[in-house]
Amino acid sequence: MRPIVVGQAVTKRFGDFVALKEIDIEVENGEVLCIIGPSGSGKSTLLRCINQLEKIDGGGLWVDGELTGYRIVGDKLHELDDNQIARQRLATGMVFQRFNLFPHMTALENVIEGPIQVLRRAPKESRDHAMELLGRVGLAHKADAYPIELSGGQQQRVAIARALAMRPRLMLFDEPTSALDPELVGEVLQVMRDLARSGMSMIVVTHELGFAREVANRVVFMDAGQIVETGAPEDILMNPRNERTQSFISAVLN
Amino acid sequence: MQSTKKDPTPSASAMPDISHYDISHYKVMPKRHYRRFIAAALIVLAIGGLLRAFANGNIEWQFVGQFLTSQAILWGLWNTVLMSILAMALGVVLGVIFAVMRMSKNPVLRYTASGYIWFFRGTPVILQLLLWFNLALVFPTIGIPGLFEARTVDVMTPFAAALLGLGINQGAYTAEVVRAGLLSVDNGQYEAAKSIGMTRIRSLRRIVLPQAMRVIIPPIGNEFISMIKMTSLASVILYSEILHNAQNIYYANARVMELLIVAGIWYIVVVTVLSIGQSRLERHFARGSRDSA
Ligand SMILES: Nc1ncnc2c1ncn2[C@@H]1O[C@H](COP(=O)(O)OP(=O)(O)OP(=O)(O)O)[C@@H](O)[C@H]1O
Ligand SMILES: [Mg+2]
Repeated sequence: MRPIVVGQAVTKRFGDFVALKEIDIEVENGEVLCIIGPSGSGKSTLLRCINQLEKIDGGGLWVDGELTGYRIVGDKLHELDDNQIARQRLATGMVFQRFNLFPHMTALENVIEGPIQVLRRAPKESRDHAMELLGRVGLAHKADAYPIELSGGQQQRVAIARALAMRPRLMLFDEPTSALDPELVGEVLQVMRDLARSGMSMIVVTHELGFAREVANRVVFMDAGQIVETGAPEDILMNPRNERTQSFISAVLN
Repeated sequence: MQSTKKDPTPSASAMPDISHYDISHYKVMPKRHYRRFIAAALIVLAIGGLLRAFANGNIEWQFVGQFLTSQAILWGLWNTVLMSILAMALGVVLGVIFAVMRMSKNPVLRYTASGYIWFFRGTPVILQLLLWFNLALVFPTIGIPGLFEARTVDVMTPFAAALLGLGINQGAYTAEVVRAGLLSVDNGQYEAAKSIGMTRIRSLRRIVLPQAMRVIIPPIGNEFISMIKMTSLASVILYSEILHNAQNIYYANARVMELLIVAGIWYIVVVTVLSIGQSRLERHFARGSRDSA
């Protein structure tokens, strides 16, 4: 099976600052990849490039076998327009650190918005699928609640359901639990654990090393816009070889 | 009051004896608001005096009652309301378009929008009304060459000139109000909308504008109220709005005060109805926000 994400020499600059330096990355279909690393190392930027919330300045990114942002015609790369990029984004779902639920819509309306407005699905079918997803994240009873009436953990679970409603091939999580009170972290991680078990391809930026160790197939350590070390969770988290990885992990654990 | 003590069952001996602090046997004497009372009395006196003056003054109140529902006045009222609604609708449509253009990445769109706002905010409305109305002086015919053509004097009726003048001017102000509203919505909302595959236009329409409405509606309500009164300027280009018709009547019968009062009453009625509509609308767009309860 072809990989779900391939990045070749991905480079991203903000002005003179290089946020991603020629990153090579490959994520297998059905794989759960966790990205760890210090603040400012480019973890969010990498996810945002994969989802085309940022445009890369160099290299190439393929998602589900399709080159992102460009169409290849002969020996030329043609930039895609807004509509085509929106269509490419359908392959990925994204879960944000600060949930970003639509506050003027109920939980159910949040989940059916994409299927009805973007995928043009029938309302009945969208509603049924949405209720099933809300059930899966344990929130069927909160379908009619507005985001403000939900706890952080509940909001994040609705956000996961909203992303899943688009039936993405890949889910991106950017520190999904770091805005949550400690007692709410578990319920969100449980939903992600179930999702991983169901075979969804996932890239998860997280500081939850326990989760990474248990769920990830591979862990990537990033620092200063580069991938410093990649490997099995036990290797990276228990006996990292690189000294930057070592000092990061001991800092997180203490 | 709930106890916030950590220990849920404090033993009796641990409770201090504070019974001699008890003040429940005193009688409570409410605070006296002398100054408030005096101020209120003065205001009531002043209002009473004013009402008396108007009642005894040289105003024929039966004329006010008579003209309030006269045909010319009601026709003017209808024209005022119609023009306010149409010009405001045009203003809001233009305002949204130009606000979005002004925030576009395309510099041509951005500068066009800035230029529009600059020009129409920079000149008085009454001048713009006169410009539209007298367009025939510079362009005797208008249209698309070969497709259709018309004499400008036939097209630029007082109605058309008032609609264009008031609506386009309003658009320049509304654009700034809408832009402020769009800026008030968190960037994460645009990103969440994109992440479920929405294009920029769709995310504006479905996600960002409905949230911006909360910020946009109060100033737009304000602008709508000024618009109702601004339509009176269209009397200079012979549009038959309520003030114009009231003036025509008092030129004939010299009941100046009475007819001004008639027009004033109707303006206040319309503005009151509008304010009620505004608070309804505000409640609608407060869905899911902290003060929606
Ligand atoms: N829009 C932007 N404009 C300028 N600089 C940016 C922008 N976004 C990110 N950066 C910079 O790029 C670098 C990488 O940022 P990024 O958000 O990817 O870090 P991160 O690894 O996700 O950190 P954190 O753990 O704090 O979320 C940072 O130095 C940041 O300041
Ligand atoms: Mg980040």
